[in-house]
Amino acid sequence: MTALRHGGFMIGGTVLLLLILVAVFAPLLAPHDPYLQSLTTRTKPPFWHEGALPGHPLGTDQLGRDYLSRLIYGTRISLAVGFGAVLISGAIGISLGVMAGYFGGWTDTCINAVITTRLSLPVVLVALAIVAVVGGSLTVVLLVIGLLLWDQFAVVARTATQQLRNAEYVAAARAMGAGRWHIMVREILPNIRAPLIVVATVEMANAVLIEAALSFLGLGVQAPLPSWGLMLSEGKNFMFFSPWIITLPGLCLFALALSINLLGDGLRDVQGSRR
Amino acid sequence: MLRFVIRRLALAVFVVFAISIITFTLSHVAVDPAAGVAGDSATDDDLAAVRAQYGFDRPLIVQYAAYIANVAQGDLGRSYLSGQPVTTLLAERIPATALLASLSILFALGLALPLGVLAALRPNSTLDRCALTLAVVGQAIPNFWAGLLLILLFGVKLGWLPISGSSTLAHFVLPAITLGSFAMPALMRLIRAGMIDVLETDYIRTANAMGLARRTVLFKYALRNAILPVISLTAVQFGFMLGGSIIVESVFAIQGIGYLAWQSMSRSDMPVIQAIVLFISLVYIVLTLLADLLNAALDPRIRGAA
Repeated sequence: MTALRHGGFMIGGTVLLLLILVAVFAPLLAPHDPYLQSLTTRTKPPFWHEGALPGHPLGTDQLGRDYLSRLIYGTRISLAVGFGAVLISGAIGISLGVMAGYFGGWTDTCINAVITTRLSLPVVLVALAIVAVVGGSLTVVLLVIGLLLWDQFAVVARTATQQLRNAEYVAAARAMGAGRWHIMVREILPNIRAPLIVVATVEMANAVLIEAALSFLGLGVQAPLPSWGLMLSEGKNFMFFSPWIITLPGLCLFALALSINLLGDGLRDVQGSRR
Repeated sequence: MLRFVIRRLALAVFVVFAISIITFTLSHVAVDPAAGVAGDSATDDDLAAVRAQYGFDRPLIVQYAAYIANVAQGDLGRSYLSGQPVTTLLAERIPATALLASLSILFALGLALPLGVLAALRPNSTLDRCALTLAVVGQAIPNFWAGLLLILLFGVKLGWLPISGSSTLAHFVLPAITLGSFAMPALMRLIRAGMIDVLETDYIRTANAMGLARRTVLFKYALRNAILPVISLTAVQFGFMLGGSIIVESVFAIQGIGYLAWQSMSRSDMPVIQAIVLFISLVYIVLTLLADLLNAALDPRIRGAA
């Protein structure tokens, strides 16, 4: 089966691509400045409700800021955290996993203990504790999530490397005098990238949801940045009279996480059918 | 078996040691503990006095040894805010979180078991596709958003269930659904995959050929073997739930350790935060250790692999 024939992969990929385009072209797409407040037009509903304001298709928030514009700019924050955190966690986890799998012995035992330690830590709680100490900002949140979410990369890279370290082409490279690092980077890494890409999609969705959770709890991205999690947090006091104020950012988060998961599931299915 | 137990115990001891260093760093290195004890209005002289009184001026390694000795005796320090012993605060809050996590696991397993088994019986059928779609959708829903939607629907619109607090069992229904629905997809997928593998084995084919009742084959022979990895995952998910309780408890204002952690973080009450991180990590370590030992006792291949 090819990826292009997989329904979930195509739907997930299309939605993710659209959201990336929205993030890139946010200044062109947003009808208003996402930070511009207007106290006379607060919590105005979206166009399908009575009392909607012309020019604000998805209404306004509790400070009168255009909701559509904030949702559009929010895509940038979620995607920046998703991609940024996965780059950091992937670099850490894959390095540790490949070394553990290739060297084996004590190196493997030590790295395995480090992986188990990381797995034992409650991610959201530790991320919140670090942000509480250091102070919340987009950069801090991105770094903290990146430094915490490497465990699955390490586990998968370790197992995949263990399966490959005695493969014939690796033995051939060794016989030709290739060094350990050359073998790990040039021979093993390119051949374990398929399962790692699947892990990357899972962890990217995780990173997006954790950022939203931290911001929702008030210890992530700080106001006035339009993080979807923060928008949910700010809107929850108004949700009984204006339910759309929590529905819309939640739907955006759900659509992004679902598209990434569908993409990952599609890749996993395609890899499975190739084997 | 003994070799496996020793190796697994050694790993657990190392992890406990590593976690204790992380929690010590959180409460003693990343922040100035003297500033926390003395309060915001403290002068330099006050801080120096507090450092001398509490021993914060000693070398870090000496402070760490004292910290470990105190933790071993159940002394996790005192809250900067209330002045109460942290162990007392935790003891008051643990029952609510334990109840929430247990109900959430029950909800997740109650949904994952029948769905996983039914999906495995007819792979690629409509039911199987629906179950897999539910799993994908369930994993993508942010649990704090799901909690707010449940509050709006069942609490406000229908008025069936209470939306905040933890005084009755009814208060735990919506939070348990919120927390459990996040754990359900992984459990369901594992049960489905395990059942599909087991149903293709020779001994199940033999049992069917011998004319045993379908129910006996499914529940007595197949599910028993398929459920082995589910034990480990349930332990892992229970640990995740304790960690994830901070979000759900803050949405539903449940007076558990997650809510306590959130309140403490908002006010930088580090002794409470480090104690909660340590407690949840220890529960996770013990649960995964027990699950691994139970799996090894039930499946000789795991002992051999070690």
